Amino acid sequence: MQADLLQAGIYALSLLALAVPLGWYMARVFTGGVTFLAPVERVILGAAGDGAEQGWKAYAAALLLFNAAGFALLFAILTFQHRLPLNPQGFDGLSWHLALNTAISFVTNTNWQSYGGETTLSHFSQMAGLTTQNFLSAASGMAVAVAVARGFAARQARHLGNFWTDMTRAILYILLPGAIVLAIAFLALGMPQTLLASVDATTLEGAKQTLALGPVASQVAIKQLGTNGGGFFNVNSAHPFENPTAITNLLSMLAILAIPAAFTFTYGRMVGDRRQGRALFVAMGVLLVAAFVALYAAERFGNPLHLAFADPAAGNMEGKEVRFGVIGSVLWAVTTTAASNGSVNAMHDSLTPLGGLVAMLNIQLGEIIYGGVGVGLTGMLLFVILTVFLAGLMVGRTPEYLGKKIEAREVKLAALTLLVMPIGVLVFGALAIATGTAQTSVQDQGPHGLSELIYAYSSATGNNGSAFAGFTANTPFHNTMLGLAMLLGRFGYILPILAIAGSLAGKTPAAATAGTFPTHGPVFVTLLILTILIVGALTFLPVLALGPIAEHVSVLAGRAF
Amino acid sequence: MSQLRAALVLTVLFTLLTGLAYPLAITGLGQAMFPHPANGSLVKRGEVVIGSALIGQNFTADRYFHGRPSATSAADPADATKTIDAPYNAANSTGSNLGPSSKALAEAVAARAQALGEGPQPADLVTSSASGLDPHISPAGALAQVARVAQARGKPEAEIRALVERQIEGRDLGLLGEPRVNVLALNLALDAAAP
Repeated sequence: MQADLLQAGIYALSLLALAVPLGWYMARVFTGGVTFLAPVERVILGAAGDGAEQGWKAYAAALLLFNAAGFALLFAILTFQHRLPLNPQGFDGLSWHLALNTAISFVTNTNWQSYGGETTLSHFSQMAGLTTQNFLSAASGMAVAVAVARGFAARQARHLGNFWTDMTRAILYILLPGAIVLAIAFLALGMPQTLLASVDATTLEGAKQTLALGPVASQVAIKQLGTNGGGFFNVNSAHPFENPTAITNLLSMLAILAIPAAFTFTYGRMVGDRRQGRALFVAMGVLLVAAFVALYAAERFGNPLHLAFADPAAGNMEGKEVRFGVIGSVLWAVTTTAASNGSVNAMHDSLTPLGGLVAMLNIQLGEIIYGGVGVGLTGMLLFVILTVFLAGLMVGRTPEYLGKKIEAREVKLAALTLLVMPIGVLVFGALAIATGTAQTSVQDQGPHGLSELIYAYSSATGNNGSAFAGFTANTPFHNTMLGLAMLLGRFGYILPILAIAGSLAGKTPAAATAGTFPTHGPVFVTLLILTILIVGALTFLPVLALGPIAEHVSVLAGRAF
Repeated sequence: MSQLRAALVLTVLFTLLTGLAYPLAITGLGQAMFPHPANGSLVKRGEVVIGSALIGQNFTADRYFHGRPSATSAADPADATKTIDAPYNAANSTGSNLGPSSKALAEAVAARAQALGEGPQPADLVTSSASGLDPHISPAGALAQVARVAQARGKPEAEIRALVERQIEGRDLGLLGEPRVNVLALNLALDAAAP
């Protein structure tokens, strides 16, 4: 217990120590203050040829076009990988629905995987296809956050910046240098990086063992930094090649949350009031710690059904690795579901019922507990708008944020985004059940079967990408519907928040008066957290009661399915 | 139009930079600076590759320490549309993914525990790992197997126990992760010291 909490403390402090300076650095990058790669930047942007300031519509159009081009290229690479180079195992091209699902998945920064990497994808697909989108989808999300921060801070402005410039700077100054440093550290700590596909070994007992290999370290570095999460191997970061030691485990977790956490500080600096960024950091931190405590307690207690046979001292070890233990697996599970990363180092399907519930709820709250790079911050800002609106209703004043009046247009757009998660999870999930496709895809009987389905659609809509992996998603129905859920969950948030930023950019901030409701103090942070929890609970409590809560009660009563 | 051009040009440029130049540069760097891990941390006896230091392998003989239960499978050689159990198949990693209320899981845990002895057994020996390739067991899991291995090898238990204790790895940096024993390393040491 003490050793566990010590590890949690080390993680939390390292994260804070990393996020504060990174937040300062990123603010400098996006305001043009970092120029050490200026010649490269000029060549790239010169070739692109469109550096003019953009209003929110042009900014959004650029993002959509860029993501569409990325989708088309990735879909083509996956479909025709058997005709492309670097395919040492001779894998076939992917089926249309798997290629569709995978291309949407990586372009939307979800990295849901309906396939097992080492048995499906060529090295070319993994590198030119997936690694590229790991960078580009992350940079797209970061650009959105930067544009939104500019819009919130602007005074009677029509423009939010230039998408191509923001996206290029995110890659050149943040993602690429970070990935290179991290990949080298990972190599030194034991991760493979080779163009060979596999090596055959003869085990001590004389059996043949084929060890799948590949360019692992380079992909793992960016999959974490960009909150992508798509694994090189089927079991993702539980694979000893993808996460060999407790040190790579800690570095990976830090890489997952570093940029999302730093973005709160970047935001504070960009809107010219660092207290605003700190308030968001604290609100997210409170939710993260609460999730950790609940998940840790559930996994540490273990599975009541196994008490007579498994020594409870180690906690629930089904689907976990010895080198991480319960604490390393729990910290990771909280991190990856809070951050819309989706890489796993333990099998979430085998978490205890309440442990699985926390993982699921982290996603269902809208991926705003730090969330994905960039989009976690903007998702949180949507809740901020709703909270100042609710606070305004309570005291009977026009709601304001950063001195700007929040009016009907902004509130309507923010309220609209509250429909994204319920549509993607509840409506699509109900459709899967009504058509019978859910029942044939779930692995487990009883309430856990429902949990598997709900987790899949939550993960897709939240752009998380982790899974209750017993669920068979690689069918035409689920590949298509999960693909739609991912698109809805990505652009259903990005477009409204850009529109809000465009609208706020044109307003004039008023000076704070004695009657202004401050949005940086403990009262506001508490209200914000409560708003998030109430919205999440109202939306998902019924289905959680039928899934994980029913399962928890069954397990306590000694009932298996 | 200028937007479309920018989208296409940047997609191509960044595919070249982040999708090819970056992974290939890291590959070159890894092969030059860290060739052992970059190629899979292979363990050799003479010229023969006997496995990877990072990947568990399937041990069934009484004279070896056993790793954790593994849920990996392989294509059935008789019928490629079906799969068969193939523990520690390092070309197809997977966990059991069985839920906590699964009857199949509860029965498997019970059967594994009863095969080891009476009462609760070390959790890692009765549950399957996340990857199906876990190279480690807990110190308790190793010590629980000492009697069997000693008997199969005709050695005193104290000698085997001392060997296990030398193979226990502490937490990384004294803080991170869990104490553990690498099963392949332990069995190699066993073959060397107590054949």
